[in-house]
Amino acid sequence: MTKTTSTTETAAKQAVKATTKATTKAIVHVRFKDGVLDPEGVAIQKSLAVMGFDRALSVRAGKFYEIEFADNSAESEKQLQELSEKALANPVIEKFEIQWPDKK
Amino acid sequence: MRVAVITFPGSNSDHDSYSAVKYCLQEEVEYVWHQETDLSGFDCVVLPGGFSYGDYLRGGAIARFSPIMTTVTKFVADGGFVLGICNGFQVLTESGLLPGALIRNRSLRFLGQWTYLRVENNKTPFTTHYTHHQVIKVPIAHGEGNFYVADDQLDEIESANRVVFRYCDREGVVSEATNPNGSRNSIAGIVNVGQNVLGMMPHPERVADSILGSGDGLILFESLREAISKRGSKTSGSNVTAA
Repeated sequence: MTKTTSTTETAAKQAVKATTKATTKAIVHVRFKDGVLDPEGVAIQKSLAVMGFDRALSVRAGKFYEIEFADNSAESEKQLQELSEKALANPVIEKFEIQWPDKK
Repeated sequence: MRVAVITFPGSNSDHDSYSAVKYCLQEEVEYVWHQETDLSGFDCVVLPGGFSYGDYLRGGAIARFSPIMTTVTKFVADGGFVLGICNGFQVLTESGLLPGALIRNRSLRFLGQWTYLRVENNKTPFTTHYTHHQVIKVPIAHGEGNFYVADDQLDEIESANRVVFRYCDREGVVSEATNPNGSRNSIAGIVNVGQNVLGMMPHPERVADSILGSGDGLILFESLREAISKRGSKTSGSNVTAA
């Protein structure tokens, strides 16, 4: 019975997908600015050293956001830039990088 | 004196703040939901501790976009008093009302413990009832309380005497050993240029009665009450300019 339900659901999802316009993904990496101490990175590096990974000299941790957009038009790019500045990153301590992997 | 305690989804010290004002200070206090946009008739706004919006993105990062924060910004510009405690301090830095940022504790641990604070500036509206360099006992409860500012801004804050509280030992000695979270210069609380906005990581509202282990937090609220009464409370009608 469960199997039937899941097959139906999958079929329904596929049907939706077929009729929906293709979307595109944007990726935003957020990390501390150089010079801001990253306590998490320091802790990771120390653990790596203990594990014997002596060639990993330092670690900077960060965050990764995958965001779905309707398209990668100039308007979308503008929105992504703005939302990264205003929400995803805190410019006091963080910097960010934007990527549109589907864009050639 | 009438105080607004802002409640965000995830606030958990709003009740402590409310009780401190209502039962310990015995003044008027009301909860104001974050979707509200009106703060008229209030003398002071408390942004309480907690984990607004689950602290997603960063502590306070989403709360700063709540409708009430636009009103709080205007309230500050009009000279209203704002006290941001813990998560409230994070909201204030995120919204640019105070400089700097609060990052993960140096130890990466959530810290719930007593701290001693040295009163660095007892001339602010929040601290006049303390003596200069008085040592007070106030608890902290945070994972992201490590105050960071760039060097130039740190100098600016220090030279303008805007550091209000610093972590210290029982005797008032400030050192890295008594810095619980790695904050720059052991900073526990700062004010804005206008001195009407105070942000602090420790919880004065949780020590507003000696039955709670310390009554040192009540002194902050008493100072604030005096500042408000001197200026004229919005509720007593005494702020109406005399002819």
